[in-house]
Amino acid sequence: MFITALVVMGIIGIALGMVLAWGGKKFYVKIDERVEKIDEVLPGANCGACGYPGCAGYAEAIVDEEQNAAVNLCAPGGADVAQAVASIMGGEVDSAEPKFAFTCCQGGDVETKFEYTGVMDCRAASLAGIAGGSKACTYGCLGLGTCVKACPFGAITIGKDRIPVVDEKKCTGCNRCVDACPRGINRVDPESRTVFVKCKSQDKGAIANKICTHSCIACRKCVKECPFDAIEIVNNLAVIDYDKCKLCGKCVNVCPKNVIVNLRKERRERKKSREAKQG
Amino acid sequence: MGELKTFKGGTHPHDFKELAKNQKIAECDVPTEVIVPMAQHIGAPAKVLVKATDEVKRGQLIGEPAGFVSAGVHSPVSGKVKKIIQCNTPIGTTCQAVLIENDGKDEWADGCNVDTDVSTLSSADICKKVAWAGIVGMGGATFPTHVKLSPPPEKKIDAVILNGVECEPYLTSDYRLMLEKPETIVEGLKLLLKAVDCKNGYIGIEANKEDAFRIMDKLCKEMSGDGITLIAELLEVKYPQGAEKQLIKAILDREVPSGGLPMDVGVVVQNVATASAVYEACSKNRPLTERIVTATGDGVKEPKNFLARIGTPAKYLLGKCGFKENVNKLIYGGPMMGMAHFDLEMPVNKGMSGILSLCNAEVYEHRRCIRCGRCVEGCPQQLLPSELSLVIESGRFNDSKDINVLDCIECGVCTYVCPARRPIVQWIKLAKYELNRQRLRAAAKEKK
Repeated sequence: MFITALVVMGIIGIALGMVLAWGGKKFYVKIDERVEKIDEVLPGANCGACGYPGCAGYAEAIVDEEQNAAVNLCAPGGADVAQAVASIMGGEVDSAEPKFAFTCCQGGDVETKFEYTGVMDCRAASLAGIAGGSKACTYGCLGLGTCVKACPFGAITIGKDRIPVVDEKKCTGCNRCVDACPRGINRVDPESRTVFVKCKSQDKGAIANKICTHSCIACRKCVKECPFDAIEIVNNLAVIDYDKCKLCGKCVNVCPKNVIVNLRKERRERKKSREAKQG
Repeated sequence: MGELKTFKGGTHPHDFKELAKNQKIAECDVPTEVIVPMAQHIGAPAKVLVKATDEVKRGQLIGEPAGFVSAGVHSPVSGKVKKIIQCNTPIGTTCQAVLIENDGKDEWADGCNVDTDVSTLSSADICKKVAWAGIVGMGGATFPTHVKLSPPPEKKIDAVILNGVECEPYLTSDYRLMLEKPETIVEGLKLLLKAVDCKNGYIGIEANKEDAFRIMDKLCKEMSGDGITLIAELLEVKYPQGAEKQLIKAILDREVPSGGLPMDVGVVVQNVATASAVYEACSKNRPLTERIVTATGDGVKEPKNFLARIGTPAKYLLGKCGFKENVNKLIYGGPMMGMAHFDLEMPVNKGMSGILSLCNAEVYEHRRCIRCGRCVEGCPQQLLPSELSLVIESGRFNDSKDINVLDCIECGVCTYVCPARRPIVQWIKLAKYELNRQRLRAAAKEKK
C-alpha cells in the first residue's frame, strides 16, 4: 500500500517536473538584464516625474530601442542616478540640473468669506464654496494641504501662515504637487531660476489690495524697473518672461507688496553645502 | 390603507414642513433691481443678448440657449439693463448675469401673455413652446425640459411621472402649488403626455401631504379619458422618495440601469412645478419668469411661500420674512441636497425651490468609519458609501469608479445617517470631479 502510493506520487512528480522544465524553456521571456539593473538604481518612488508609468516602466523605456528614453529624466534621483543609468547603458551623461517646486502665493491671512468645515482637501473645498473655497481671493492657496499629501518625498509642509513651504533639500521637482493643486499655485523650475512672482491673483489692483496684504496689484513698478523688458502685466498680474530675465533682482527691490522674491542667496548656500558633501 | 409604494433603502429625517406648510403662496412684489443669471440650468450657460442701457420687456429673451442642452433666459421684469455682472450660482460656480432696473410697469413683450387654446397644439408645438419658454426641471436639478421631451426615436416613452413628492425637509413650494393651482399641474401633465405621445400619466405624492393627494386624485379621475389615464399615487414618506430613479421604482417598479436615464425604461419624470410652467407657457404664452420659493427655517421669523420673480435677491425674500441676526447657515434648496452659501445677494433662479436659514446649524468634526453599515442600508442606489468614502479619502479615485461612484445620486442619506459624521457626499463629489478631470486630460492627450 505504502509503496504503491510512493511510486504513484513519484511518477506524477517526475511527469509534472518534466512538463514544467519543458514549459520553462518553451515560454521563456527574454528580459534584458539592463532593465533589472536600471530598475535597481532608480529610487523606486514611482512618482512618474519622468513621464513613464513608475520606475520599472521608465527602466523599460530606457532600454527599449523604440522608445529610447533619455537617461537623465529621473527627477528624484538627480545627477547620481542619471550617471548610474548612463554607465549601465554604456555612455556618459550631462548631469541634469535639479528642479524645485515653488508655491506662488503668500496670502495666508487673506480675508475669508465663510467658515469651511467640510473635507480637509483643497480640491473638495474648491468644489464646496462659491468659485472655490472660503478665501476671498479666488486665485490663492487654500492651505488645506492637498499638495502635502501628494508629495511622495515629504518635502512640503504647511507653514505657520497656512501656506505650503517647500523643503528644497527633499524636493525633487517631480511635479506631483503641481498636478494636485486645484488652483495651480505650484510650479517647478530649474535651480538656476531664482526670481519668482509669489502671487496668482488676477483680481484688479484695488480689490486685490483690499483682500490680501501680499498680492500683486499690477502697479507696473517692476515693469518699469526691469532693464531687460522681461516683466509684463497679464490679467492684472506681473508675469516674468524667463527667456529675457537675467535674474538681476531689481524688481524684487521695487515691489511695494513684496510679491516678487529672489531665492538666489539661499540656493547658492544650499548648492555649496551639497557640493561640499558630494566632493 | 394598505402598504404604500416605495423603494429600497432611504431614511426618515424630521420634515420640518409645519413651519411653512400653512402659508398661502404670497406674490412677492418685485424689487427695483433684479439679477438674472445666465446659468440657471444644466448644460451650456445662455449667451447674453442685451447690453447696458437696453430697454427690455417682461418675457423678452435676454439669454440665448448656447446649444441643445441649454435653455433660454427671459427678462422677469420690464425696465432697463443696468450692466452685465458676474454672479454666484447655488451650485457653487459663477456665471454672467444681467442686472435689470425694474421700471415697475411690468409690460409684457410682444407675443407674450396671449391666451392660446391648448387643444389645438400638436406634440411638436408643445416641445417648441417649452423650449421657447426656457423651462427647466424646477425640482432643483434644472435639466432643460425640452431635452427630456425629445428622446431619441428608439426610446419609446410609455409613462410620464409628475414628481409631487417633495421629500426634502422644510420645503413646501410644490405642496402649496398642488393645493392652490392643481388644475395647472394636471393640464400641464396632459400637455407633457401629448408631447411624448404617451397615454399614462402618474403623479407621485408622499403620504404626509394627504390633502394634496386627495385634490390631485379627484382631479386626475375627472380629467382622465380620451384614452388617457391619469393616476395619483400616494407614496410612503421616506427620503429620497422624490429622486427620479427612486420614484420610478416606487410607482412603476422599474429600475433605471447603471449609467442610464429614465428614458431607458420608457419614463419621463417632471416636477409638478415644471408641469405647471409648461401649462402657463402653452396656454398663456408666458416664458418662465417666476416660481414658487419657500423661505423657511428657524432663521426667519415668519416662514413663507413666495411667488417670486426670477432674479429676486435672496436677501429681499428673507427680509420680508424677518431675517434673524444670529443665522449661522444659509442653504439654497433643501437641507439634504442643497448647498450652504454665504452670499445673500444670490438671486432666485429657475431651480431654487427654497431658501433655508438656520440659527443653530451644528458643525461636526468627522471621525473614522466604524463600519456600522447604516449608510449601506440607507443608500437608495444600493451602493457602498462607507467603502466609497474610505477609498476616496485615501485618494484612490480610480478604485472608486470600480465600485460605481458614478451611480451616486448625491441624495445625502449616507452622510445624514453616519454616526461618525463623515462627509461622504462631499468625497463622492470630489471623486466625480477628479474622474471627470482625468477623462478630459486623457481626451486632450489623445487629440495631441
